[in-house]
Amino acid sequence: MKNTPQVINNGGLLDRRSFLLSGLSLSAALPLAALPLNSQAQALPSKSYERLPQWMKMPGSPVSEYGQPSPHEGHIKRHIAASTPQTSLFSVSHSPIQNQPGIITPNGLHFTVSHNGVPEIDPHQHELKIHGLVDKAIKFDLQSLLRLPMVSPIHFLECAGNSAPNAVSVTALNQSVDELSGQVSGIQYSGVPLKYLLQEAGVKVNATWVIAEGADGGSHARSIPLSKLLDDAFIALYQNGERLRPEQGYPMRLFVPGWEGNTNVKWLHRLEISDQPAYTKDESGLYSDILANGDIRRFSFHMDVKSVITQPSGKMQLPNRKGYYDISGLAWSGHGKIKMVEVSVDEGKTWVKAHLQGPILPKALTRFSIPWHWDGKERVILSRAYDEHNRVQPSRSQWRSHYASYSFNHYNAIQAWSINADGLVENYYV
Amino acid sequence: MFKLHIFLLIFVLFANNAISESLYDDLKTQLAEPLSSNEIQRYNMTIFPDGTNLPIGSGSAEQGETLYNAQCMSCHGEKGIEGPAARLAGSDGWFSLSDPLRILRIEKHPILLISVGSLWPHASSIFDYIRRAMPHYAPKSLNNDACYALTAYILYLNDIIDEKSILDKTSIMAVEMPAKSRNTFSWPENPLNK
Repeated sequence: MKNTPQVINNGGLLDRRSFLLSGLSLSAALPLAALPLNSQAQALPSKSYERLPQWMKMPGSPVSEYGQPSPHEGHIKRHIAASTPQTSLFSVSHSPIQNQPGIITPNGLHFTVSHNGVPEIDPHQHELKIHGLVDKAIKFDLQSLLRLPMVSPIHFLECAGNSAPNAVSVTALNQSVDELSGQVSGIQYSGVPLKYLLQEAGVKVNATWVIAEGADGGSHARSIPLSKLLDDAFIALYQNGERLRPEQGYPMRLFVPGWEGNTNVKWLHRLEISDQPAYTKDESGLYSDILANGDIRRFSFHMDVKSVITQPSGKMQLPNRKGYYDISGLAWSGHGKIKMVEVSVDEGKTWVKAHLQGPILPKALTRFSIPWHWDGKERVILSRAYDEHNRVQPSRSQWRSHYASYSFNHYNAIQAWSINADGLVENYYV
Repeated sequence: MFKLHIFLLIFVLFANNAISESLYDDLKTQLAEPLSSNEIQRYNMTIFPDGTNLPIGSGSAEQGETLYNAQCMSCHGEKGIEGPAARLAGSDGWFSLSDPLRILRIEKHPILLISVGSLWPHASSIFDYIRRAMPHYAPKSLNNDACYALTAYILYLNDIIDEKSILDKTSIMAVEMPAKSRNTFSWPENPLNK
């Protein structure tokens, strides 16, 4: 039952159904070949014994209390961005998303942006305080919070400034996908829905905003609409099954699904219920958007629909000049689920619907892939995502037409990679 | 029985990311402790644009200049425009007539594209951020008089007030920031998203 994949356009993208059929017949054959030939087999002849790798001829080490990656994978690290204002405490690391399959970012590789460094907080002294326009001001210690009902959704988290180099640089900088767009991670955060805590305090009818504040040196603060906190926001206590890492806000952070990273206040210790926003430092300047007409857009919380091909991506060298490659990437939307991702290998002239790997969850990274036979010629590959509300990724020029030439937040335009005849992949503007 | 199975299946499907409403509606765990007004006072540092929480105290731009040169200049530059830390004075954008070297500064420190004087819509926010977070190496070490003085100096660097001006909880409310007239709002409506 030989089933040759059908090339369905001249770029070499393969029809998914016929490809999957041929893949099935291949995988069905493998287990048979792997069966032991003879359970009565003699000890191996000495020549064969010598050729066995060392680890097959000796017992291994005992297990450890906390597992670590293989030393052979030690090179998979976060990219430490040159600290934006070059004072030591504004510290930024990017997730190596080109090395991540699936939709979950390991805890040690979660991107992090800290405006005032990472505080060392004693969890026994840390409290969450709720006051302002409430019937009674209250506080929770960590032990009480851990007794409350929790949710554990899988979501993406993305910095508003992710992909900023492509927003403002006149030429496409030769950077890798983590350097350009690694300020995004996929995590299963677990924690207590805000509505239970606010119910406990009794929110007054004129309350509309909540000022969330961290216990770090800079007391990072953001004003969040009360309606979002009552909807799907929660106090995150765990990430991917273990307690928050200090860089993600230990012992607790605010998590507001789908909204810019900066609003997910780390080291959270205070919620002040109010009838107005506070215009904190970050909502006054750095996280505002400057529009093409000079207006300054405030409180643009949502991270819009976006996708990026992670394999192959910037600065990679395709190992062979021609042949099969699985194009794969990540798509996400702060408004809901990803509905469709299209891929083009001819600079956007024709588009083919990619395969969406499950699970497809709201406000979460979604993995897409598409099989591709590269013909060895120069190519420009792109991906374009649509969400369930029919929001679609704009082109770079469409995106830039809305904003001042120097506005760099909330950049969600289509990412293009050029592949030259030698197989070198580079950031590219269409 | 079949119907029950369907019900359970639906329940399981929808229970993934949400807690079943029927069990947890109007939950009152009573696990919270009361928060005393003393405790609130200790942490209640947020200054609102309507003046709420502005403390007693005062300072002039002249006083602020001395403080600035001693504690702020090493990160923000001589005139609040050089960086490496955030630009305090001047316009936003790539170029400005008053600062011919601007494009070179931005190349070195991209965040200098934007400035406090051009983007921040409320002077109260400047006071708030200095008091909670500055200087970077010793946050919360400046008293209220010093914070008023430094706020005044930043406003002076932006030609918003003159050097002799004294800021306090009343006069700071009279300051009109140029950015306020450029405000447009994304919450709850976002015209670009339609």
